[in-house]
Amino acid sequence: MIPEIGHFALILALSVAVVQGVFPLVGSLIGKHHWVSIAKPASFAQMLFLSLSFACLLYAFLTNDFSVKYVANNSNSEMPTLFRVSALWGAHEGSLLLWALVLGGWGAAVGFFSKGIPPVMLARVLSIMGLIGVGFMLFMIMTSNPFERLLQIPLEGRQLNPLLQDFGLAVHPPMLYMGYVGLSVAFSFAMAAMIDGKLDAAWVRWARPWTNIAWMFLTLGITLGSWWAYYELGWGGWWFWDPVENASLMPWIVGTALIHSLAVTEKRASFKAWTILLCILGFSLSLLGTFLVRSGILTSVHSFASDPERGLFILIFLLVVIGSSLILFAFRAHKFKSVGAFSLVSRESGLLVNNVILIVMTATVLLGTLYPLIIDAFGSGKISVGPPYFNNVIVPLGVLLYITMGFGFFLRWKKDEPSRILKKVWIPLAVSLVFAFVLPLVTVSDFNFKTSLGLFLGSWVSLAALMWVVSLGRSPFKLPMAAWGSVIAHIGMSMTVIGITLVSIYDTEKDVRLEVGQSYELAGYKFAFKNVESVKVDNYIANRATIDVTQNGKLVNIMHPEKRDYGPDQMPMTEAGIDAGFTRDLFVALGEPLGNNAWSFRLYHKPFVRWIWLGGALMGFGGLLAAFDKRYRRMRKIIVEPVQVKSSQSDSKDKQSTTSGVTV
Amino acid sequence: MNKKFFIPLIAFIALVSLMLFGLKNDPKVIPSPFIGQEAPEFSLPKLYKPDEMVTAQQMKGEVWVLNLWASWCVSCRAEHKVLSRLINKMQVPTIGLNYKDYGTEDYGDEALRWLAKYGNPYQSVAVDTEGTAGLDWGVVGVPETFVVDKKGIVRYKFTGPVYDEAVDKILVPLITQLRKEEG
Repeated sequence: MIPEIGHFALILALSVAVVQGVFPLVGSLIGKHHWVSIAKPASFAQMLFLSLSFACLLYAFLTNDFSVKYVANNSNSEMPTLFRVSALWGAHEGSLLLWALVLGGWGAAVGFFSKGIPPVMLARVLSIMGLIGVGFMLFMIMTSNPFERLLQIPLEGRQLNPLLQDFGLAVHPPMLYMGYVGLSVAFSFAMAAMIDGKLDAAWVRWARPWTNIAWMFLTLGITLGSWWAYYELGWGGWWFWDPVENASLMPWIVGTALIHSLAVTEKRASFKAWTILLCILGFSLSLLGTFLVRSGILTSVHSFASDPERGLFILIFLLVVIGSSLILFAFRAHKFKSVGAFSLVSRESGLLVNNVILIVMTATVLLGTLYPLIIDAFGSGKISVGPPYFNNVIVPLGVLLYITMGFGFFLRWKKDEPSRILKKVWIPLAVSLVFAFVLPLVTVSDFNFKTSLGLFLGSWVSLAALMWVVSLGRSPFKLPMAAWGSVIAHIGMSMTVIGITLVSIYDTEKDVRLEVGQSYELAGYKFAFKNVESVKVDNYIANRATIDVTQNGKLVNIMHPEKRDYGPDQMPMTEAGIDAGFTRDLFVALGEPLGNNAWSFRLYHKPFVRWIWLGGALMGFGGLLAAFDKRYRRMRKIIVEPVQVKSSQSDSKDKQSTTSGVTV
Repeated sequence: MNKKFFIPLIAFIALVSLMLFGLKNDPKVIPSPFIGQEAPEFSLPKLYKPDEMVTAQQMKGEVWVLNLWASWCVSCRAEHKVLSRLINKMQVPTIGLNYKDYGTEDYGDEALRWLAKYGNPYQSVAVDTEGTAGLDWGVVGVPETFVVDKKGIVRYKFTGPVYDEAVDKILVPLITQLRKEEG
C-alpha cells in the first residue's frame, strides 16, 4: 500500500510539474495574470508530493519491504539502519528520486525566498524549473520506477555494493546533487532573462546568491567525494580523474567561472551574454554528468547502473534542454548590451583571464573524459587518457590561474595603473617567494622546484587575499559578508593547492610483509603488527589487524585496518586504518594472509593530505558567507524599477510587472 | 543578430552528433575498424614469468582469442565463468591481456590473486601496465574479446562481458569455421 502511495505521489508531482512548467510561462507571454500566479503554489505542491513519494520509499527501506524490487535489490535486513537509509540513493532509481526531490526543493526555496522578484520573472524561473522536473519525473516513471513490486517476494534482500555501505554514501551524493541541481536555478534565471530580453543589476542580485549556494554544495560534495574515495577505496588516492569525478568537476569549474563573471555583470554591467552562457553551460554539464554516469557509454567505477535505453532518454532530454537554451541564446543574446568598457589593466581584464583559464580547463577535462568516445568515432588515436594527461594540462593552467588570482585582489575596476599594482603586490609577492624557497630548505633541507612552486602559489594567494581585506580598512565586524566569503574561499584554494603539492611530492608508501610481532619503520613512524582477529559485525565478517604506531618510542595511535567479507558474491572490502593529523596522515591497509601468521600490509605516510579537504570546506564556507551578503537582502526592499521592457512582450504584462515593482 | 552567439549552438550540435554516435555505435553490433585488419602487434611481459614476452606473432598459424581483462573490472568477473567454459570447450588458445591493472608495477599481485581465486583459463597472460597494447587494439572498455584467425587477421570483436548465448551462437560457430579456413 505505502509504495503505491509513493508511486501515486510521484505521478501527482509530475502532473503538478507539468502545470508549473506550462501555465505560468505561457501566462507570462500572453498576459494572463492568474496563470502567472500559479507558479509559486505549484512549486510548493510539487515539493510536497515529491517529499511524500520520497518518504514512502524511505519507509519501504526502513521496514525492509522486499516486495519492492528496488528495496530487495539494494538493501537487506542485516544492514545497519543508516545504510538502509542511504541505500535509497545507492542505485539508479532512488538516486533519480533524490535528484527530483532536490530539484523540487530548490524550486520551492526559490518560490519561498522570492519577495523581491517580480511575479512575471519568478513565474518564468519556476516554469523552467518545472519543465526540468517534468523531464526527470517522466524519465523515472517511464524507465526507472523505484516503486515497482515483485510478484515473488524474496525473504531477504540483496546486498548493497559494500563500497557504498559507508557513511560517505549517506552524505556525498545528496551534497553533490544539491550542487548539480542547484545550478538549475542559475540556468532558469538565465532562461528567464533571455525570454525577457533584458539583464540588469537587479537580475544579477537575484541570481548571485543562488549560484553561490549551489556552488557551495558542489564544492562540499566534491570534497566529500574525494575524502570518501581516500578512506574507503583503500588506495590512498584522493582523486582519480575517473569520468564520473570529472563529470562533477566540470560544472564546478564552470560554476566558479560563473561566480566571477556574475561579479563583473553586477558591478560593471559587462560580460552579460557571457554570464548567461556560463549559466547554461554549468547546468548543461551537470546534466551531461548525469548522462555519462547513467548511460554506460563510458565505463567507470561509478556506473553501477547503466542501461543504453535510459541513456537514450537522457540524451534526448539533454538535447531538448541544452538545445533549446542555446537556440534561445543564439537569437536573444544580442539584446544584452554590455556597456562597461575597460582597459587592459583592470579588474575586468583580470576576471576575463580567470574565466578564460577556467573554461580552457573545463574544455580540457571534457576532452579527456569524452576521448574514448572520440577515438571510437574516428577510428584510432594514440593519446592515452589518464592521470598523466590531466595533470600535464591542468597543472600549468592552474599555475597561471593562481598567479592571476593574487593580482586580481588589488585590481581596480575599469582602469588601473600597473605601477600602482606593483606597489601593492610587492610585499605579498616577496614574502611568499621567500617563504616558498626558504621553508623547504629549513624543514626538509631539500630543494624541489615543484614544492616551492606550490608553496609560492598558495602563500601568494592567501597573503594577497589577507592584505586586500586589511587594506579595505574596516573593522572585521563591519566588513561585508561577501568580502569575508571571498577571502576565506581563496585561502581555501591556497590550502588545497599546498596540500596537493606536498602530498604529491612527499608521500611515501610501502608494501610490506609482517609477521605478528614484527614491525616496520616508515617516515619516522614505527608500525608494529600485534595481531589479527576475526570479528563478525552486522552483515560482514572482518579480519581486523591491530597495529601500534609509535614515534620515538611514544605511542601515536593504535590502528585497526580491516579486510571485510560481505558474502560469496561480493567483493572483499579494504577498510584502512587511518591516523589523521593536521600535518600528516598515517594510512594502513590490510592485504592478504601470507601464511605463518604473516600478512601483507600497505603503509602510507601522507603529509598535509588533509589540507586538500580542509581547503574544500573553507571554499564552501566562503561561498556560503558570500551568499548571505547584506546587499542581496537589502535590494528586496529597494527595487522599484520593473524588470520588464516593452521590446519583447505584450502590454498587459508590462502593466502587471510595474505593479509588482511597486508592491515590494 | 550576431553570428558569434551561434557558436555555442553549433559546438553543441557537434558534441551531440558525437554522443549519438557513441550510443548508436554499440560496439557489440557494429564491427570496429580493426575487423579484417592484421592483429596489432604487441610484446608484453608474461604475468607469471616477467622475463618472457607474449607477442601476437607467436600465435600465428592457429585460431586464437584475445581477452582483455583487469582485476578491478567487475564485469570481467561476471564473464569469467562463461569465458572459461568457451576456452575449455573449444580448447582455443587464449591470451589474457591484463589491462592497466593496479599493482602491476609489482608484477600484478592483484591480478595474480584474482586468477588464483577465480581460476586461470588463459594460455598466457600479457601484462599491459601502460595500456599501450590496449590502445593499439582500439579498446573502448574492459572486458573485450577478440577472435583472430590463422593468418593473424582480427575477425571478430566482442565488447563487454561475453554471455552464454553469445558463446553458443556467435563464438563457437565462428571459431569452428575459422579453424576450417586455410592457414
